[in-house]
This record gives sequence, structure tokens and C-alpha cells, in this order.
Amino acid sequence: MKPAPFAYRRPGTLAEAVSVLAGEPDAKVLAGGQSLVPLLSMRLASPATLVDINAITGLDVIETIDANDAVDGQYGEHGGVRVGALARHAAVLASPDVRRVQPLVSMALQHVAHATIRNRGTTVGSIVHADAAAEMPVVLRLLGGSVEVEGPAGRRTIPASELFLGPLQSSLAHDEIAVSAYFPALAPGAGVAFDEIARRHGDYALVGAAAHVDGESVRVGYLSVGDVPTVVDLSGVADDDLGEAALAHLDPPDDIHATADYRAQLVRVLTTRVVRSARDMAEDA
Amino acid sequence: MSEELHDVRLTVNGATHEIRVPARRLLSDALRHDLRLTGTHVGCEHGVCGACTILVDGEPMRSCLMFAVSAVDHEITTVEGLTNPDGSLGPVQQAFAECHGLQCGFCTPGFLTTITAGLRENPAPTHEEARDMISGNLCRCTGYQNIVKAVERAAELSS
Repeated sequence: MKPAPFAYRRPGTLAEAVSVLAGEPDAKVLAGGQSLVPLLSMRLASPATLVDINAITGLDVIETIDANDAVDGQYGEHGGVRVGALARHAAVLASPDVRRVQPLVSMALQHVAHATIRNRGTTVGSIVHADAAAEMPVVLRLLGGSVEVEGPAGRRTIPASELFLGPLQSSLAHDEIAVSAYFPALAPGAGVAFDEIARRHGDYALVGAAAHVDGESVRVGYLSVGDVPTVVDLSGVADDDLGEAALAHLDPPDDIHATADYRAQLVRVLTTRVVRSARDMAEDA
Repeated sequence: MSEELHDVRLTVNGATHEIRVPARRLLSDALRHDLRLTGTHVGCEHGVCGACTILVDGEPMRSCLMFAVSAVDHEITTVEGLTNPDGSLGPVQQAFAECHGLQCGFCTPGFLTTITAGLRENPAPTHEEARDMISGNLCRCTGYQNIVKAVERAAELSS
């Protein structure tokens, strides 16, 4: 349970961090480390170099962005919140601005591990770790958010729809660092909800679901039912058929934690629950 | 191949320590092996059990999920730092003793640090909040009931 040896770099600037990554194809970025360090300790990963970005200033921002600040509508119609690479889950969860602008982020963060893990783990790190059993990747995907990355050629924005390639696999290049994640705001009159079933509070969910309801549009994102965070469009589906309609697009896996049948049942239950809850929120608005 | 060593300055319970360790030295191991502060216990070593929980700038964190090299620039508090200045038990420790909040004691350091920070944030927790406060720590002896009582007792002692 001890990590294999690695070279350690603690750059003071983003440019320096990118240049270290560019020179070392087998390097990993260390932010909060709450997913990475267990992988290292269990020797499921043994990168040659760790690039610790914790000494880089200015990456812990949590800011709301007004729609009027957007260039070419890049931030959507209603603005949103931007979370920097060193913003800890706990800080994002505690932010009243985040809760007001996009409540789904706060709802889902309550389910991310335990408070102690949230004190160190970062929201952006969790997203680019690209674990399909994690909450924040599916939230970003459902909301149509994006991640801003910095590499040797400068910055680029990766939409969530192009970010998740496979299990623990994102579309970031080896020499790119995720600088921030952008969650679009909740539109007026829209509703969101999040729920998950785990063996114990704080465990990885057997299945989790996040709903987004806006007028006729009903979309639900799922965690732990596939290799990547999966979003299903359930617009126009009758309430009683929501679960079955979702399952037509999903193939819940069988593993030591739960059978495929049990996961399918959780999909039925959670889909109905989150859609109903998101609708209630939309109606109350 | 000899492993690269790093000079690391750690501030633990108000004292500064200089150690020379490989980058892969977990903070939990640096505390226990290099600083001989064996109050911090190591259980699962992957962030699940909570036994190694310490305070980093006052916030509970898993010392097994941090490297000593990344713990520079932080004030670290271990269970050894929770006693009163005169060496007597701090309020959370006192409450554990009074309420029989421990049996074998292995998990206790992680509970004490977690609850110390939890009560700082919420000095008068409800029963539910007390349970929630300790939900990230595992204890295989007590059944938790007396630990929840200890949280509530510690809140009384601190008020």
C-alpha cells in the first residue's frame, strides 16, 4: 500500500507546469489527490512524474459569470459558474453563489464522498478523472458545461460532450492541464434534481441520477451505469414509462457491488424520483 | 537506482520539523515514522476508514491521501496537538473518556480530529448533525452510540 517511486515537481506557474508535462509523457497532475493517491498506493497507477499544481496561485477561483460577459454566447444564455482547478469540493459546496446560479452542482456535491475528502478533493480534478461512478462528471455533462484546459499551444475549451472517452479516460492531452470547469446557470423556470443509492452514505453510488427539466425538455444523466457519464433524453415520455424509457438507452453492468437487474431497478426508481423532483422545482420557480 | 529525496519543512502542532523524504512518502507515514508522532493511526491507507484524519489548517483531511512534500505551507494538527496547553485532555478527548467513546482505540485519533474541527464549525450539533459529523470515520468496536454521545458531551464541555 505504498506508491511506487516517482519524480515530484511543484511548479509555481501554469506555464511551468505545462512545460514539465510536455517533457514527460508519463506524468500525472496532482491537485487534491483524493482519487489519484489511492490509485498510486494500490499501484493501479505508477506515473514517472507527479506535477503538483497546489503551489500555483489563482486556480482556486469560484466565480459567477453573467450572460452579458459572454463572448459569442460561449457561456450560454444565462451565464453560469466557473470553478478553478484548485477549488476544493467543500468550498464549491459552501458557495452561496454556486447554489443560487446552478443548484444542481451543490445538490450533487453533497453526495461526493465524505466531508473530509471534500476538504481536499477538487471538483475539476474529479471531472477530469472521468470516473463514470462519480457525481461531478455527469453533472457537467447533463448541464452541457465545459472544461478549460491549458497546453503548450495555449488554452482551449472542451465541451463536456467531448470530454469523456472511456473509463477514467478524458480527452485531455498528456501535456494539458484542466484550469477550470464551467457549469451553465439554471434557466428561469427550469428545475434540477439529484439522487443516488449507495450502500453507505459517502460510498460510490450503485446508481445515481441527475435530472434537468426545462419546459418540455426532460433529460436525465446517470452515473455507475456505464463506462462514461450517460445522458438520456426523456422529453415527451409519460411519467409511468420514464424508467423503462431510460433503460432502453442504458446497459447497467453486473459487478460485485450489484447485479445488472438490481441496477436496472434503481434506474427505474431514481429516474422517476429525480424527474418528479426537478419538475416540482420548475413549477415552484 | 537511488530515489530522489526532498527537504520538507512540516509545521505540526505548532513545531517546525525538517525531514528528508522521497516524494512518495505519505504524510501519514512522515508523521509516524519520520516525526515519531504515532498518535495518527493508519488503517486502510486509501481514504476510507478515517483513522489517519488530521487537521490541515484546521480542516480535517486524510493524511494517507496526501504526500509529505505537498504538506509544506500548511499548519498540521495531529491528535497529539489536541490536549490543553497544560497537558490535560482537550474537551473532545475528555468527552470520549467520560462517554466510553472508545474500546480498542485504533480509530479514535481520527474521530478526535474530525470532531474537533466539526465542533468548531458547528458548536451545538443536533443528534443528527453529530451522527453526520462522524459519518466518514469507521469504528469496529463501539457501535458508534457512545461516540455520538461523546460528540454531544464535547459540545457541552466546549460551550
